[in-house]
This record gives sequence, structure tokens and C-alpha cells, in this order.
Amino acid sequence: MTASFDIPVDRWMEELVNWCLDNLTALFDVISLLVGAMVNNFERALLSVPVWLMISVVIVAALWRVSWRFAVFSLLSLGLILGMDMWTETISTLALILAATLISLVLGLPLGILAAKSDLAEKIIRPILDLMQTLPPFVYLIPAAMFFGLGKVPGTMATIIFAMPPSVRLTNLGIRSVDVELVEAGIAFGCTPRQLLFRVQLPMAMPSIMAGVNQTIMLALSMVVIAAMIGAGGLGNEVLAGIQRLDIGRGFEGGFAVVILAIILDRLSQSFGRQEPQQTWLRRWWNTLLHSTRYEQDNP
Amino acid sequence: MECTRLVTDNPEPDAKIQVRNLSRIFGPQPEETLIQLEQGQSKDSILEATGHVVGVYDASFDVRPGEIFIIMGLSGSGKSTLVRMLNRLIEPTRGDVSIEGADILGMSHKELIELRRRDIAMVFQHFALMPHLTNFENAAFGLDIAGIKDPERSRRVGQALETVGLSAFADNYPYELSGGMQQRVGLARALSLEPTIMLMDEAFSALDPLIRAEMQDELVKIQRERGITVVFISHDLREALRIGDRLAIMQAGEIVQIGTPRDLILKPANKYVRSFLEEVDTRQVLIADDLAEAPVSLPEAAPDLSVRQVLDMLEDNSALSLVIRTGDGRYQGTVSRYSLLAAREAGREDLAAAYLDNVTAVTPNQGFYNMVDAAAAAAPYPLPVVDHAGYLQGTVSQSAMLRTLQTREEAPS
Repeated sequence: MTASFDIPVDRWMEELVNWCLDNLTALFDVISLLVGAMVNNFERALLSVPVWLMISVVIVAALWRVSWRFAVFSLLSLGLILGMDMWTETISTLALILAATLISLVLGLPLGILAAKSDLAEKIIRPILDLMQTLPPFVYLIPAAMFFGLGKVPGTMATIIFAMPPSVRLTNLGIRSVDVELVEAGIAFGCTPRQLLFRVQLPMAMPSIMAGVNQTIMLALSMVVIAAMIGAGGLGNEVLAGIQRLDIGRGFEGGFAVVILAIILDRLSQSFGRQEPQQTWLRRWWNTLLHSTRYEQDNP
Repeated sequence: MECTRLVTDNPEPDAKIQVRNLSRIFGPQPEETLIQLEQGQSKDSILEATGHVVGVYDASFDVRPGEIFIIMGLSGSGKSTLVRMLNRLIEPTRGDVSIEGADILGMSHKELIELRRRDIAMVFQHFALMPHLTNFENAAFGLDIAGIKDPERSRRVGQALETVGLSAFADNYPYELSGGMQQRVGLARALSLEPTIMLMDEAFSALDPLIRAEMQDELVKIQRERGITVVFISHDLREALRIGDRLAIMQAGEIVQIGTPRDLILKPANKYVRSFLEEVDTRQVLIADDLAEAPVSLPEAAPDLSVRQVLDMLEDNSALSLVIRTGDGRYQGTVSRYSLLAAREAGREDLAAAYLDNVTAVTPNQGFYNMVDAAAAAAPYPLPVVDHAGYLQGTVSQSAMLRTLQTREEAPS
């Protein structure tokens, strides 16, 4: 039964991978070079920032965008990472996530806009996104390593495949669910298609798009351990080493650092998704300052 | 249908907006649906058989410059579709629209955008303000799109906000304002374009009744000052009568009647129009002329007759009173048997002595409600209707007044 009815998908895929290896090496090399430079430069730049400055920036951002409670949490949790001696690994993971997120957005946002503007494009893009999101990462991990060699680049590429879909989906959804009357108003007042996109649809879709960005970041974080299997390094490597050597303590240290990074990135990126910025203590203080100086200028 | 043809046959040479045989069918094969409609198939059977929805069918009308033209109908009657075809937010399936003689359906995309930026502004039912822009920026939206820069931009927006009374709220955001104020921003956004045409889609329907009335008055004031041509969609007849110069009534995608509020109330084209009119007090558009009957009058030179002669005539006529007019038709007064008898008692022979004091004339275009007092004073005698030159046009009987007062639900036929 099984022998007589056989669709040789396994062979096809092998041949496809081999064909790619034979014919697309130049393309892979270019991608490898660009992505590798990006991740490495991110990492170098982030590591060159003194630890105290990095922590200060996070705390000010927390005060500005979220709340003082969250700023206290950030201070304590980043202190914990320092205390666990995981700072370099955390920065390395952060660099990879930032690069993967950036590339995901550069590709994902235009695709989302395209999907929103054309039903045909949406029909084509949707199953591809389904595939990217549900295909187990281990399946494409090995081809990625074959194409790009071991290291940060295949790790980033695998992360992009897994993390990009929400930014496309939520951009598409956001634009499609802009109030019809607002779109009509844009057209009625003489918007060109480009003006309509940039002055009406994208600003209105911003909360949804930012939710997509947030989800992309979170999914990228969930890939750190898997990416470490092909040598992406960072916190994933700590967890992986913990598993391999049954070093439970080391595994938990790496794991906690991932969670801390995730919470901080999540809260900060989420705060940009709100149409109405939260009234934080720092913002109020700043507004008062701004107001009083303006008042003085107006009434010398 | 008859009305549509009537308008088509009498085009107005200087119409601001001219719409001819405009149709819009929703569905994959609109042209075929149009042919089926022309063959006399009903919209319901077409919907059932082919799934095509008739948005608007064969609409023709002219909008005169500087008038408020109301398109009225129940929801789903096609009025929103119709108005959106005027600036091509919705593409017509067939027909013509011209604005000041320019065929807008033949326009290129670029010309169309120019037209929307320069001539036609739109006001929306739910305001359609951009929540991320301040009220000033919202009011400047059309100008920003058109690339109009400061100081022209600031001047026009400032003026528009002042016109709608919102200068103080320029730096606030729409969500900080009440519904009525938000729609003022919507109005300012339209006015800042300095358009010649404003399309208003149920613009005041989402507002409280008091605010709505206030906005209606303001719209009329602004529109009269600037001579803007307004096409206003409404499902509220009260609103239509309050601000509209002329009304088009739509039913199931077709225009069933076009006319002034008076035309519609006095001569509703069908049951649908009449049912629409039931909601409102139609007597507000009635005037003395509508109720007047031909006067039961004396022969010529009546004022010269003596009291006794007129008494004799009254006997023959078996009427309560007689209206006295000159040979060329000027109203002199009203006499009754009692006033004549009283005059004779007093020894007066001239007819003028018998004129009833309590009967005062009304003008032909005096509103119904302004006649009620005069009618009450004149009871039981009819009210003479006299034009401004003094000629008698007819009389309004007490029974006609009472009947009109009583029949609240029906328009007089």
C-alpha cells in the first residue's frame, strides 16, 4: 500500500536543497555577509556601551513610557543579570534579536501593506505565513546551517522565518480594519493612494502594527535556544550547555536572563502600541516643565 | 419614473450639478443587471436570481447653484451611494454626472483628485476625524493633502475654525470634544477648502436634537453667506423641511419625486412619499392660498349698492355672509345678515357701515398657523384672502380651517 503509492517529497526537498547549494551560493554569501555584519556590529556597538549607561537608558525609557514601578523592576532584574554574570550573553542575544526583528520588519511591513492593498497578494502571502509559523524550526535549521554555515547568521535567518509572520499579519489586519469613513474622508479630500496610506491608513493602523512588532520581538526571543543549536551563541547557548551537561543551575541562569530580557522588551515595545501614551510621572513632569517655559515665553 | 422623465425633459441650463440616468449596481455583472432592469424585472427577483444589488437606478436631477438640495430616503434606499457617485467615491455603473458642465466621469484620476481638492468637500455622519491629529490639523487636512502651505494654510484654517466657533480648541484633539463640536471640526475641514460644493452625508444624524437644530441653522447661515451649493443626505424629514430648498425622495434606489417641500406635501407622488410626510406636521407649509375657495361674491360695483339691496341678495343666496368687492376685484369688506340689519337699525344706508370689524383679510402666502387667530376672530364667517395690491383671491371657510386643524395625519388633497 505505502510502497505502491509514494509521493517522493523527501527526495524532492533534498534535491531542492542540493540545487540551492549548487546554484545560489553567491546569493547566500551576500546574505551571510550582510546579516553577519549587521549582527556583529549590533553586538559590538551594544557591548561598547558601558553597563551603567545601558541600565540608565533602560530605566529612563521605563520611566518615560511605562511606570516607575517598572523602572524599579528593570533596575533589579538587570542587576540580577549582572550578578549571574550573564551580561555579555544577554547583549549578544539582544543584538541577534534586534537584527532579526529589524529585518523581519523591513520585509514584513511592506508585505503587510501589499496584502492589505491587494486581495490577490493576501491570498498568496497567507499560506506562506502559515507555513513559516507552523513548520517545526528543526526542519529548516539544518538547511539553514548548510546554506549559511554555523554561527549567528543561520540563527538570525531561522529566527526571521519564525518571527516575521505576525508583523505581516497585523499590518495587514490593521490597515484593513481602518474605519471605512476615515478612508472615504481621505479619498474625498483628494488623497493620492500614497497620501492615503501614509496620512490615514498607517497612522490609524499603528496600534495593530506595533502589536505585530511586539509579537515579532517575543517570537524572536522564543527562538534563542533553538538558534543556539546551530551556533548562534548568547543566552541560548547557556541554556543549551545546561541541558547538555545536566548543569541545572547554569540552565536556569540563562533561562532567567531570557525571561528578564523578554519582559523588558515586551513592556517597552508594547508602550509604543498605544494610541494614547500612558501618563507617566516623568512625562507629566516634562510636560509641566515645557508648559512653564512656554508660558514664560508668552508672558515675559 | 414619471418624475425622472419630467426632470430630464426640462434641464436647467445653469445647474451646478447635473445628474442624468445615473445607476450603480453592486455585483460582478452590473451591465447585465441593468438590462434586466430595463426589461422590467424587479429588483427583488434580480437579487434572488443573480445576487446583484441595485444601489441606485436611473437617477436624474439638477442641483441649482447656491441651494441646499436634500436627498431623502430610508436607510438602504441608495442615497449614500448616490451622493458618493457625485465625487466618484463610488464609480457609477452607467449615467452622467457633470459639475458646472464638466463631465466628471470622463475625468482622469489626476483631474478627479484636483476636483476633490478644489471644489467638492464632504462632511461625514460619524465625523471621520483623524484621532492622531489636533483639531487644527484636522481642519487643515484637505489643505495639507493639496500641498497648500502657510501662511495661506493657517489663514484659511483659522478662519474656518472661527466660522464654526472652535478657535479656542484648535490645539485640542477631537476626542476631547463633544459630538456636536467634533462635527464642527468636520465642517471646518470642509470649509477650509473653500469649496463650491459640499456633500453632507447624514451630517447631523449622530447629534442630539438640540445640537442638531443649532448646527442646521448654522449650516444654512454659512451656506447663504458663501453661496455654497449643498447636497445633503438625510432620513429626517423635519431636518429636510427646515434647511432644504428642494428635496429628492428616494425609494429602493430610485428617485420617486423631486420638488420643494410644498410641492411634496401638496402633491405627493405616491404612497411612499405620503408615508414619509406622515411623520411631520405638514400644515407648516400650508398657506392661505392652499385653503382658499372661490369667493361667493356680489355682482360688480357691489360697494355702491345699498344695505337693503344687499340684504335682499343675501336672502336669495341663503349665505351667512357676503364678501364685497369692486368691479375690478378689490376687496372692500365682509357683511352678514346681522351686520346689515344692525346698519339698517342705525339708519345707515351705505354698505360700508355694515362691514364686519372682526373679519380681517389674510394674504395669499400667509402661513396656516398665522391664520388661526384671524379665523377665530372672524368666526363663523370665512376669511377673505387678499393680495398685497388689494385684490380678492378667495375665501377660507371656517370648516376648511377646522378640517385642516383636525387632519393631522394626512396631507390635504
